[in-house]
Amino acid sequence: MMTLWILTALTVVGLTPPGSVTARDAPNDQGGQIVIRWDDIDDAANSTIALFRSTCPDTGFIEIAAEPVSSTEYTDAEVADGCSYYYRLVVRSDGDSAVAPVVGPVRSSAQWFNSGRSSVLIVFALICAAFLFYIFRARRGTKMFVRRIAGLDAIDDALGRATEMGKPILFSFGLGVITDLVVIAALPLLRKVARKAADYAIRLIVPNADPIVMTAAQETVKEAYLESGRPDLYNPDNITFLTSDQFGYAAGVDGIILREKPGAIFWLGYFYAESLVMAETGHSVGAIQLAGTTETTQLPFFVAACDYTMIGEEIFAASCYLKPEPVMLGTLKGEDFLKLVLVICITALVVLGTAGAITGNGGAALTRIHQAVSTWLTPAS
Amino acid sequence: MLKRNLPLAIVFTTALLLVAAFFIPHRPFGDLESRFLNWYAIVAGFTYLLGIDSLARHHILRVTRRAPGWPFSLLLVLALFGTLGLGVYSWFKFQSPFALRAPFMWLYTYMIIPLQATMFATLAFFIVSAAYRAFRVRNFSATLLLLAACLVMFGNVPLGGEVWRAVASAMHKVIPSIDPAALGALEIPAVVKDWLMKVGQTAAVRGIGIGLSLGGIAMSLRIVLGIERTYLSS
Repeated sequence: MMTLWILTALTVVGLTPPGSVTARDAPNDQGGQIVIRWDDIDDAANSTIALFRSTCPDTGFIEIAAEPVSSTEYTDAEVADGCSYYYRLVVRSDGDSAVAPVVGPVRSSAQWFNSGRSSVLIVFALICAAFLFYIFRARRGTKMFVRRIAGLDAIDDALGRATEMGKPILFSFGLGVITDLVVIAALPLLRKVARKAADYAIRLIVPNADPIVMTAAQETVKEAYLESGRPDLYNPDNITFLTSDQFGYAAGVDGIILREKPGAIFWLGYFYAESLVMAETGHSVGAIQLAGTTETTQLPFFVAACDYTMIGEEIFAASCYLKPEPVMLGTLKGEDFLKLVLVICITALVVLGTAGAITGNGGAALTRIHQAVSTWLTPAS
Repeated sequence: MLKRNLPLAIVFTTALLLVAAFFIPHRPFGDLESRFLNWYAIVAGFTYLLGIDSLARHHILRVTRRAPGWPFSLLLVLALFGTLGLGVYSWFKFQSPFALRAPFMWLYTYMIIPLQATMFATLAFFIVSAAYRAFRVRNFSATLLLLAACLVMFGNVPLGGEVWRAVASAMHKVIPSIDPAALGALEIPAVVKDWLMKVGQTAAVRGIGIGLSLGGIAMSLRIVLGIERTYLSS
């Protein structure tokens, strides 16, 4: 413990204390944090800034941290909500020191709304409103048009070809886990593939990298076989766990492809660098391949190696396409409307920014508007 | 009825809580996300028992039935339980399977890592075969793709710079007023490559990204509101 008289007895020789010291409750947090800020000290090489805290303004200060001189901020995360605290900063260098005035009192508290995310809340509310509006319209009977998705239309062709060749079908979710939206979006497609496989009595193989996805896949395929009236054809040994190791999974799937030589392969899920290894092996055995992933870095590989690739949000639209109920289609229409709104907003921002840059000082107002909108749309973490 | 409505109610409540947690830092909402993730990690950890059961049962059955390729299944079962045994032994002997002198660590360093690296290395060959097919000049789009790929490759290798400097020298011979050093320093192949990667490629990826984000939000809303039920059993 170090009391005030020790602090004030410290010699002030040639050092400048940090200026504009402020201590405030940390914004948008769960409480228990106070942020201390001070001006940059540029004339104190080899110095450190020691931070002292007390619950009284003139006694009981204890050192809580020693920061490098380059820092201008410290977050004290060892405070109790509702208690008053005082802070004092001391610059130290080679036995010399300079003391800044005490700041405080300051109390920490928890907030009920993260104001740094207000832009997210507003945009989220607008997006939800657009979706709900189109769902409501669809419920009232407005007809919605959905364009054909080549990748989804090709499912029947792929299954037919596998049937003609008397070869099995392989379906992979990649390394996706059940919390990945793309895996949930791929489950209805697995159900469709499984129903057709049951109808045509073709073997369906689903190697998995995640045990929860494996369980979901087993349930989905089992139900599809039941719906088709062929529960006798369902074999849980065809839907197994391989490994969650990335290249172990690729090696396992490659082995299955080379041994079983499937006639059709579906790559629908989450893929990383193993995508091309598996898709090229599938191509080498002459399988018709259909892919869809939300991982944009893997899309070029699938486009190069597969016969059909669902790009972007097409895989999310699959369930609406397979089950074209008005309410499902309403969400697709809402999505299209929001895309239009985004295109207009992006174009307006580009025009504002470009006009501001071209007109120089005359366009300062335009640049300011552009920067303000861009900053507002960038939420705090 | 309960079999279908109870999961929907759980999904709706959990989603509401997580949305609230994103905007409300105050306890108990502030740490809900990390708490839920912890729960998920615990549940997911236990489900690996299901995975091991599935894998082991499948291959033990293949061995007992002498299915085609059963020796590979036997190898897998031996490797599975051998790795497990070595891990447990290392835990007792060295307090951690990942201790430097532990046999499990030896297995990991000298067998698993090289096997992973080998599989990763095959990617280079697959890229070549896929690129060969993708870059064949079949139509206008494929030709554009081929041209863009050549420009990017040319801008990425030192040869691109050398060729450009040779072009600058040749131009200086034809038009003496051109400064070959200044023209060579422009590094046009690298500039073209950067433009293609930063403008052309990024614009396409962002376009797909915006579509994916909106598609993801629409899908999430369908799940939360119970419109999308295809993931549930009927």
